[in-house]
Amino acid sequence: MNAVASAQVSRDTVLAWLGEVMDPEVPVVSVVDLGLIRDVEWQDESLVVTVTPTYSGCPATEVIAQSIRDAVQARGIGEVTVRTQLAPAWTTDWMSTKGRDALRAYGIAPPVHRAAAADGTQAIDISALLAQRVVVPCPQCNSRKTRLLSQFGSTACKALYQCNDCLEPFDYFKAH
Amino acid sequence: MNTTKLEYLLRMGDNCLVLSQQLAAWCGHGPALEEDLALTNVALDLLGQARMWLTLAGEEEGKGRDEDALAYFRDGSEFRNLLIVEQPNGHYGNTVARQFLFDAWHMHVLAGLSTSSDARIAEIAQKSVKEVRYHFERSAGLMIALGRGTPESHARMQAAVELLWPYANEWFESDAVDEACASSGVAPAAPSLAAPWRARVEAVLDRATLKMPGYIGHQRGGKRGVHTEHLGHLLTDLQFVQRTYPGAQW
Repeated sequence: MNAVASAQVSRDTVLAWLGEVMDPEVPVVSVVDLGLIRDVEWQDESLVVTVTPTYSGCPATEVIAQSIRDAVQARGIGEVTVRTQLAPAWTTDWMSTKGRDALRAYGIAPPVHRAAAADGTQAIDISALLAQRVVVPCPQCNSRKTRLLSQFGSTACKALYQCNDCLEPFDYFKAH
Repeated sequence: MNTTKLEYLLRMGDNCLVLSQQLAAWCGHGPALEEDLALTNVALDLLGQARMWLTLAGEEEGKGRDEDALAYFRDGSEFRNLLIVEQPNGHYGNTVARQFLFDAWHMHVLAGLSTSSDARIAEIAQKSVKEVRYHFERSAGLMIALGRGTPESHARMQAAVELLWPYANEWFESDAVDEACASSGVAPAAPSLAAPWRARVEAVLDRATLKMPGYIGHQRGGKRGVHTEHLGHLLTDLQFVQRTYPGAQW
């Protein structure tokens, strides 16, 4: 395999390829729609994909990096580097509308509000924190009568809710 | 190599690593499935944070030690974690109280570090503080639920807070490392976190109908490697495989 066509492959083309790389734990949302891809650029003959992790300890991070390398190399790009960038910290605000819709269709409620500022400068008001009761609409029946069952669900990025109308329990992708 | 910065990074990393290991011991033993999942997810966040801090510590040291070398091949006296995180899990109320007192401090120190003069430290703190805010929200909620629960749970939570209280002072005591890091803008001054921490803890204890303990003496030593007996036992578990089969991989 060589880099014959590499210089001609545009950033948009690479992003389109990456649009088919799904998150291993939420296999209906791509790494692009999750907002994990921060940059795609050529450095000489090497393609550099800059990725930001979701949660510090997310075990999917390494699988995602490998899936990205595989997807790009499958198109004949020989040299690819996946670089990790921590700042600015990933936020669910970067999730695309397409990603949110795909989550809902899959039975996972998407984040319902904008995430808190990450720079630590924002005052943290304990009373607001504890009184905070976000309304998470049920992804099955759209009822707004739902309740939090557990602050963590199947993965660090989700919480567990239940619908009081259709009674279905469901995962909620937390605003982060 | 900046030795004070290295020391500071080890403190942050070791706090996360040791507490993560403690919480992981609850896996499969939580009082409810949801709690089991939640604690192990918090453990996972802390492990990820430990990896970032220790990787950076290894780079700062410049002797080729990576996160694994620092986690698995240092003895207890080389660990720089606060004593509170190595205190035994005890019953669930002890684990919750330990987490709550720590989360409240951790959130403030990370908020301070997120504007560190060292860009790499600021990046890790900005990433971590988002996770730790959530940890705090959860542990504070549990303190309130258990404090207001039954006479039995109330009494156990009050006892848990009093048991851990002597360990909740070490983080505000400034030593040479803290002072050097504060004066260069690397880290917030350790004593400056005391007032906001107290206010936050008091607000939650108040809602939980729990009493804030008065001064009942305090323990120190973790930051300079003088630990309670519990750390050694924890490290035998944590380090056994790598000590026995160095370099073993999954």
